[in-house]
Amino acid sequence: MTIAALNNPAPAILPGSGGMRGALSDLFWRRPRLLLFLMLAPPVLWLGVVYIGSLFALLAQSFFSIDEFSGLINHEFTLKTYGDLFQAANLDIILRTVTMAALVTLASAIIAFPIAYYAARYARGRWKALFYLGVMLPLWSSYLVKIYAWKLILAKEGILTWLLAKLHLLWVLDGWLSLPVVGGNSLSVSATGTFIAFVYVWLPFMILPVQAALERVPGNLVEASSDLGASPGQTFRNVLFPLALPGIVAGSIFTFSLTLGDYIIPQIIGTSRLFIGQAVYSQQGTAGNIPLAAAFTVVPIVIMGFYLWGAKRMGAFDAL
Amino acid sequence: MRSDGSQSAPPGLKIAAACGLLFLHLPILLIFVYAFTTEEKSFVWPPPGLTTQWFAVTWNRPDVWEALSLSVRVAAISTAIALVLGTLCAAAVSRTKFFGRETISLLVILPIALPGIITGIALRSAFSLADIPFSFWTIVLGHATFCVVVVYNNAVARFRRTSGSMIEASMDLGADGFQTFRHVVLPNIATALLAGGMLAFALSFDEVIVTTFTAGQQQTVPIWMLEELIRPRQRPVTNVVAMVVVLMTLLPILFAYYLTRDGDQIAGSGK
Repeated sequence: MTIAALNNPAPAILPGSGGMRGALSDLFWRRPRLLLFLMLAPPVLWLGVVYIGSLFALLAQSFFSIDEFSGLINHEFTLKTYGDLFQAANLDIILRTVTMAALVTLASAIIAFPIAYYAARYARGRWKALFYLGVMLPLWSSYLVKIYAWKLILAKEGILTWLLAKLHLLWVLDGWLSLPVVGGNSLSVSATGTFIAFVYVWLPFMILPVQAALERVPGNLVEASSDLGASPGQTFRNVLFPLALPGIVAGSIFTFSLTLGDYIIPQIIGTSRLFIGQAVYSQQGTAGNIPLAAAFTVVPIVIMGFYLWGAKRMGAFDAL
Repeated sequence: MRSDGSQSAPPGLKIAAACGLLFLHLPILLIFVYAFTTEEKSFVWPPPGLTTQWFAVTWNRPDVWEALSLSVRVAAISTAIALVLGTLCAAAVSRTKFFGRETISLLVILPIALPGIITGIALRSAFSLADIPFSFWTIVLGHATFCVVVVYNNAVARFRRTSGSMIEASMDLGADGFQTFRHVVLPNIATALLAGGMLAFALSFDEVIVTTFTAGQQQTVPIWMLEELIRPRQRPVTNVVAMVVVLMTLLPILFAYYLTRDGDQIAGSGK
């Protein structure tokens, strides 16, 4: 504190303000509900009208249908558009997306666990901060740049091929690429590439809640388990894993939901086989079939609804 | 025996954790190398040579500057709107209990919990139903909607740690509501708001999915990048822009972390 500030301390009691401002302040004091209403009105109006309104406008359109000959939208209530979802081609898209989301979630959980466990139990002080930033920085790095980085890595002439060639392991890559479904011309145009990019981009969303869950496991539980003669594997299965499960489920909400809705990763790194997000995008864009696009967006909403309901029953929300 | 965390981790765990962190960071570092490559046509590794000429080329590209300026303007205005709405909402939710409080929290989180494509297409179809032409403001509208949540999360966490007795003390000392807000509440939540604002800015600056639906012909930086990824024109310029974008988003994140690191709830732990 400087000398000037010591000589002229701020008055402990501020002079009351009169006029409009004072009257308004008194009004809010007497009528706290009015203040609450005035505080809530702008955000609720914005989110309620702009966002929820748009969502309902979209959902309403899923009950319209498109006239197959004229391409015009028929504004009459019908479930025909939902029926179209069950065509083989569309079911295929839904199934492919859900399978991918499940695999990505599983892989993220496996990779995330050691990082989260180390950060929660062993990292202290400076290392803890470093681990935290080590997860936060990739989480917040530009989404497109991350995808671009994988395009560079997975390209035929890229660093991965180069590395495998140096290690004389190119035959593994070629063998994998020649497989049906997961393979392709190069990794950057294969389902495997899509999978790797998804795991990479969503991994931090899994690490943070798992770490939060593991932070709450007291270290002496693990020691007690080994004192009682459990092997590390048994301790993991019977003590750590059940306690970390709510965190894993919480993380899986993100990895699953984000994979379900993404359309950019499979478009840039992947095959020409569509995912739900791409189907929505092409239906509303080039095909001009807004009703079917809207019906497609209902699919992830419904799947996530069930998922969240199940997650809530497992107590996953306490780990968020 | 008590565990003080002094024992060291099993080697297998150390290796797995280290590999995981490398997996997270090496791809981003690779972008930095590619920004200097002399190769123009392909993604060949190792780079045949290193050069800084692409920085000059990028500097002289008007389309990059236009995209950058649009992104900064959109992010600044969306952040300002999100700061006002998020703080109001957080203050209301944390200082009073009222009917529908849980619903308000859900309402704030929803735009980020639902996949971006749903938010995007919902806004787009609402614009077309209401005959609103795409403009700068339609982009801002979409961005502000999902930026509210990061400001809200930071402000709520800080309000929770700020004791209500300070506000009562201020009132007892004769301050009116506005003075209490100006001299007691605001200094307490200022760093949380700054951190929330930084994160909102970074979120808006990086957003691509909602923007593809709410922008007309205008290009923000992510839209420009997406365009380059789908139809590459000049790869070295994309490399340089990618590197600049990484640096531009890292700085606000580091600063937000620095501002809130003492708290129990740290900014940005949920995107």
